[in-house]
Amino acid sequence: MNIFGPLLGLIAPRWKSMALGVLLGFLTTGSSIGLLATSAYLIAWAALHPPVLDLMPTVAAVRFFGLARAVFRYLERYVTHQATLGILSQIRVWLYNAIEPLAPGRLTGYHSGQLWSRLVADVESLQHFYLRVLAPPLVALMVLAVVSGFLAWINHNLALVYFLIFLLAGIGGPVLARLLGRGLGRRLVEVKGRLNTYLVDSLRGMTEIVAFGQKQRFQEQVAGLSHELAAIQGRAARINALAGALTGVAMHLAMWTVLVLAIPLVSSGQLEGIWLAVLALGVWSSFEAVTPLTAVYQHLEEGLQAGRRIFHITVAQPVVPETPSPSPTPAGFQLRVKDLGFWYTTGGQRVLDGIDFTLPAGGRLAIVGPSGAGKSTLAHLLLRFWDYTEGSITLGGRELKEYDPDQIRAWLGVVSQHTHLFNATIRENLALARPDATEAEMWRVLAEVGLLPFVQGLPHGLDTYVGEGGFKLSGGQRQLLAIARALLRNTPILVLDEATRGLDSVTEREVLTALFRLREGRSTLIITHRLAGMEHMDEILVLNSGRVVERGNHRDLLHRQGLYYKMWKAQRQVLVASVPNAILL
Amino acid sequence: MFNRRLLAEAGTVNWYLALAVGMGLVTGMLVVLQASYLARTVSLVFLEGEGLAGVWPWLLALLAVILFRGGVAWLGESAAHSAAARIKHALRQQLLSHLYALGPVHLRRERTGEMVNLLVEGVEAMEAYFSRYLPQLALAAMVPLMILGFVFPLDLMTGIILLFTAPLIPLFMLLIGRRAETLSQQQWESLSRMSAHFLDVLQGLTTLKIFGRSKAQAQAIARVSDRFRDTTLGVLRVAFLSALALELLVTVSTAVVAVALGLRLVYGRIPFEQAFFLLLLAPEFYGPLRLLGSQFHAGLAGVTAATSLFAALDTPAPSGPVLPPSAALRSTSSCSQDEPGQQPTVRGLRVVFRDVHCAYDGGTRPALQGVSFSLNPGETVALVGASGAGKSTVINLLLGFIQPDQGSIMVNGVPLAQLSPQEWYRQLTLVPQHPYLFSGTIMDNICLGRPQATLDQVVAAAQLAGAHDFIASLPGGYDTQVGQGGLVLSGGQAQRLAIARAFLMDTPLVILDEATAGLDWESEQVVQEALARLRRGRTVLVIAHRLNTVKTADRILVLDAGRVVETGSHEELLDRRGSYYRLVAASGGGL
Repeated sequence: MNIFGPLLGLIAPRWKSMALGVLLGFLTTGSSIGLLATSAYLIAWAALHPPVLDLMPTVAAVRFFGLARAVFRYLERYVTHQATLGILSQIRVWLYNAIEPLAPGRLTGYHSGQLWSRLVADVESLQHFYLRVLAPPLVALMVLAVVSGFLAWINHNLALVYFLIFLLAGIGGPVLARLLGRGLGRRLVEVKGRLNTYLVDSLRGMTEIVAFGQKQRFQEQVAGLSHELAAIQGRAARINALAGALTGVAMHLAMWTVLVLAIPLVSSGQLEGIWLAVLALGVWSSFEAVTPLTAVYQHLEEGLQAGRRIFHITVAQPVVPETPSPSPTPAGFQLRVKDLGFWYTTGGQRVLDGIDFTLPAGGRLAIVGPSGAGKSTLAHLLLRFWDYTEGSITLGGRELKEYDPDQIRAWLGVVSQHTHLFNATIRENLALARPDATEAEMWRVLAEVGLLPFVQGLPHGLDTYVGEGGFKLSGGQRQLLAIARALLRNTPILVLDEATRGLDSVTEREVLTALFRLREGRSTLIITHRLAGMEHMDEILVLNSGRVVERGNHRDLLHRQGLYYKMWKAQRQVLVASVPNAILL
Repeated sequence: MFNRRLLAEAGTVNWYLALAVGMGLVTGMLVVLQASYLARTVSLVFLEGEGLAGVWPWLLALLAVILFRGGVAWLGESAAHSAAARIKHALRQQLLSHLYALGPVHLRRERTGEMVNLLVEGVEAMEAYFSRYLPQLALAAMVPLMILGFVFPLDLMTGIILLFTAPLIPLFMLLIGRRAETLSQQQWESLSRMSAHFLDVLQGLTTLKIFGRSKAQAQAIARVSDRFRDTTLGVLRVAFLSALALELLVTVSTAVVAVALGLRLVYGRIPFEQAFFLLLLAPEFYGPLRLLGSQFHAGLAGVTAATSLFAALDTPAPSGPVLPPSAALRSTSSCSQDEPGQQPTVRGLRVVFRDVHCAYDGGTRPALQGVSFSLNPGETVALVGASGAGKSTVINLLLGFIQPDQGSIMVNGVPLAQLSPQEWYRQLTLVPQHPYLFSGTIMDNICLGRPQATLDQVVAAAQLAGAHDFIASLPGGYDTQVGQGGLVLSGGQAQRLAIARAFLMDTPLVILDEATAGLDWESEQVVQEALARLRRGRTVLVIAHRLNTVKTADRILVLDAGRVVETGSHEELLDRRGSYYRLVAASGGGL
């Protein structure tokens, strides 16, 4: 995939600022050259003892360039950074808008941490792509053209030699560094990755490492890798230092060569002696434009990699196409699933096979089974996070695929075991479900799930921050808050996907009782491997390996002594780990 | 910016500081030489009409200085980087050992992600401080001094201009640096806030979608992102303005030097060669000082990272008794199992807790308040109780992760604190509630405690743990990669690997933290059977969550608020109708 073009495309809207930045960069270096060249001219001319007044324009020029350099540098930095930061800000929004339709279907391969590093770190490193990759070579080229032109006006050989040394320093140094360091970058990334893995293992697995007496072994492994990393970094640094030193040598060498070529010109009278000092200092100071070139390649690589990762996401197509036409209105909320089959990848394993059920409006249905039976996949299909491959799902008599996915989620609420709480207040987390909910309504749903005394007891009540991912709450409280949020939304159909995970069985039973009472007349679908509240269900489907193996109500299924009965028996083995109210208060 | 502790760190590579200073001296010398040869050459040709042949010696000398200067620059920079690499390596080792000294109990409260970041990126941030800022500091100190030494005897006026403008540069930097530090702190916070917000949104993307709010989030992203842009630009504006002031100082000073020289030249008060020499030195004089300014921010990042690094290093390690581990374990029974290449394990361990008190957070959060019990050889003791009752604390004490504040823990009559950790860890195995799987093969993971075990031994252990069948059904078998970046195993599978570890260790004492729930029905049965096998013939302390486990335990200790409130067998405790009875009743089973 060509990355460079699209990356350029991202700055296209601000190309004028960027071009202005390059021009200002050129003027900055130009002023540097001007300052030293006019100074040299001033001194050389003064040595010939002219009338002081004759020197005044040159004195003015020296002062002008002295001021101009600083001012141009300031303007250049300001203009380019303002433009770049603006671009980055737009890229973040653009990237979010590209990620949003992909969730969750297309994002299963990514950790949220990976996406996050795209949105933050990768976008940040694009900053260098614009400031340190694009601009410096353009500035250097302009300097090269103007100085060479000036030298050619004096003598072609001077221009030619200058041109060659400038190119050698600007391109030769970085290329040499790249050749010497070939493969080093990859090894660096690899060793760093391995070190990272070992460090994560060393810290997360510390309990086991210590208890199994392996502390020394792990520390030695980390030390070995850290040492290897240091060795590679040392080599890379020596190569970079070499490239830097070569640039410095080239700068002085250019001055030296120009001197060697110009001296015979002075001797033969082709060039006035006064210009000798000007040439030496002018050429020398023009290499200021070369110094930033040594870093171009490195930043280019980083920028391209960041770009590759970013575009990898943005070219992905969402699994569920957005429905363009306005959604039809369902006639009632009967949910009917017929001969449903699903697999994630064509030719892959069937995750669901021949599922059949009807959830009448106001009905209660449970889907139970061991983990990995395909229960959560079913919930995702109902929410249109994926589209089913075989069979049909109808809502109110029409195929689910005819509805706009966003519209479906307004009718069909879900609480899963991974429901996310945002790092905001309890109030804001609840308001997510219904922005117009009143405070009284919020307190009511909190009371229904049994969180009322807890929230009332908090110094800031509803305005208490729940922390990152809700970490200030216990696992049970988090789950209860998520359930409260779904109750507040009160959709015609509610799907509870392992929603009571993390609750002790007493609380679980209480919450389910409240829930059934509140949702009287509205449909509820419970997906679980914990068999609580099953006696309230109209029908229970037992799922194993993607197929329905048993169905019926609680009593019939126990009677049958099949898989359902075995699950039920195993569950009654578990002791309550905590006294119910201990976690809430 | 002259961080004492960081420099003490540099002291570990003493020669490095010397080299940095030496390099500054040599560079200074070469700068002066180069300027003088150049001035001589130009002067000879320009004013005295010498040809190329006449100035060759000077030109050759100039060439030599140029090449030599390149060599010195290369050497100096390489050395600085090597030193930085060494220091980073040392810091990383230091921090890791310190975290180990703090132990898993402390670490669990920290965020491991943050610590890993500190160990990798935080340590890397030292690079700029040691390889760029510090050498530049040496150059900025040495080169201008050296140049002044040559300028003053030649021309007082230029010397004075240079002398009085030079200190302004560091002064400026100091003044602006203070402001920049607070600003960069603000900017860092703003970046953190933006990062945190983005992470929150991305983690909750599915939830947002369910509530139909994900599209609206783009506005919030734009708002946060724009705010970050504005803060950054604010910080940069200060940095750029400070740079502007510095540049102005430098360029205007250079211009002043040039004009002053020029005017005196006109009146013949100074020879051309000298004037040109002085003009050449002016940019070389300010150069290192100016570069110091641009490395200042690089150094600042290092100092910031160092602050968190040293904060982590300064967390005091638990002050356990520092008696030299002297005592050796003696077997209570004579039967010991010998196996080639392995220490004979002590069969029959008797562990006694006597009035043990223990508190977290410097004594403010009591966890155990006088717990006494004994664990006899071959006995299974189950700990039950509400969360926070002190069950985990008992295990942490037994594992030596924390020390009792009061009371004693004796192993076969020897205080636990006096046993050498290596010897003690050879006597016990831990089967944790959520076993951690290390990045590596399944084989590596089972071998955790005995890296030299053979495949046959591992397979035997896996069979006893009921793990062999599922391992064999994996495409890679025992070589399947698990852990970070590897195959994700279910809770039940991970549990069985941990039990296999325990079988392979074959220790007299097993510490078992039962999974609360979450295993599916099939795993549940296999795990129960494997655990029953593991308990046979061993001393077992178990945090129990299964009725089966407590029913078959020899003794049950019911913990409540850091005290043992009931003790006895399942039947005895049920008859008593106390805490235990209520606990079992609440679970709805077994009565």
